[in-house]
Amino acid sequence: MIASFVTTIAAGIPWTVLLTVSAFGTGIVFGIPICMMLMSRIIILSLLGKFIVLMLRSVPPIVWLFFIFFGIGSAWAEVSPFEAAWIGLGLITAANMAEVYRGAFAALSPGQHEAATALGLPLRHRFVDVIGPQVVRVAIPSAATYAISLLKDTAIASTIGVHEIAFQAYHLSQSTFHSLDLFAVAALLYILISLPMAWLTRWADHAMKRGLAR
Amino acid sequence: MSDLLALWAEWLPTLLNGLAVSVKVTGASLALGIPLGLLLALGLQSKRLPVRVIALTMIEAGRGAPVLIMLQFAYFGLPTVGVSLSSFGAATLALAWNAGAYTSEIIRAGLEAVPQGQREAAVAVGLNGFDALRFVVLPQSLRVSVPALLGFSISVLQTSSLCFSIALPELVSQAYTAGSNTFQYMPILLLAACLYAAICLPATVMVSALERHLGRHAA
Repeated sequence: MIASFVTTIAAGIPWTVLLTVSAFGTGIVFGIPICMMLMSRIIILSLLGKFIVLMLRSVPPIVWLFFIFFGIGSAWAEVSPFEAAWIGLGLITAANMAEVYRGAFAALSPGQHEAATALGLPLRHRFVDVIGPQVVRVAIPSAATYAISLLKDTAIASTIGVHEIAFQAYHLSQSTFHSLDLFAVAALLYILISLPMAWLTRWADHAMKRGLAR
Repeated sequence: MSDLLALWAEWLPTLLNGLAVSVKVTGASLALGIPLGLLLALGLQSKRLPVRVIALTMIEAGRGAPVLIMLQFAYFGLPTVGVSLSSFGAATLALAWNAGAYTSEIIRAGLEAVPQGQREAAVAVGLNGFDALRFVVLPQSLRVSVPALLGFSISVLQTSSLCFSIALPELVSQAYTAGSNTFQYMPILLLAACLYAAICLPATVMVSALERHLGRHAA
């Protein structure tokens, strides 16, 4: 009995993982331009960046997903549940990653900037060869913490019909009388997925800290 | 544009009712969750192993499981073992557990920020353990924890939007129902988003200003 429950709920794992990975990937990429806006010296750009980050983070994820899936989906263009969840969570992740990058920049010793400038490195090399690699190293722990919370947020996608773990658990619970075990199994699955993520982070953090100037 | 404003004016009272439910469930969860967080933080420091194990299990489960699953566990799951809660009760229970698990970390950091000498001095002047905690350690540690706790409270209001999934008539449920009755999803969800932003956006700005203000003498 329990074994068949577990296999049915586990069928949601690929969707949960796929959604987490694609939303996180989107956030990592789109966080860069938002962070550049935040740190821009042009006041209008930095205010706009701040507004984008605050808006994306002030409105709950479920409202964003509904807005994209039902709102945009019914008015303009057909959006599949997965696409809606991907876009919505991806944008929210981008806002949070922008803050993570900004924090990492601030944590970097100003001497790094000064030394790279003093050596006469052009702007591109300053960022690609000196600042960028260090920012990535500093950002890893907070980025990973966010990735784990994103994993849990993907459960919200079940409300618009993405067939991930929470969706499978909910639908099975409606047709059986074992809701308590079902949701406990689902919760355990999320915790089990987040464990290797945490280990991987600790390893990556440890391995990459060696390339950091102090 | 005037059509949109007319629609908004028509829906606003319904959505405000929903927002009132959101705020109520947030308040109830925090009122239970923050004391629970304090208990869990103290439990982690206990000398008795079983107390530490229970506190750690509650914290790890509360932080590790998605809130949506915890809500459904409380609302759909508990009745199968004979505990039937209203959607408000189930929402409060699940959100309070979640809040307790997260705030325990914030409160623990605050407790650790109080120098050990404060506790020793309190015991040396003859306060018992509970009084030392109540009159000496907690007042100082809570001062450290307040900005983070306020920030967390804002996020609880946002998290309360997930109570949609257990049929609590809060803001998102009201917006969704109105949307599916009229098929005007876009404008009503926009209004709901504006209501959340109207509370969370200034609150976030104020909390970070408070944080900067309190941290202005920090090295």
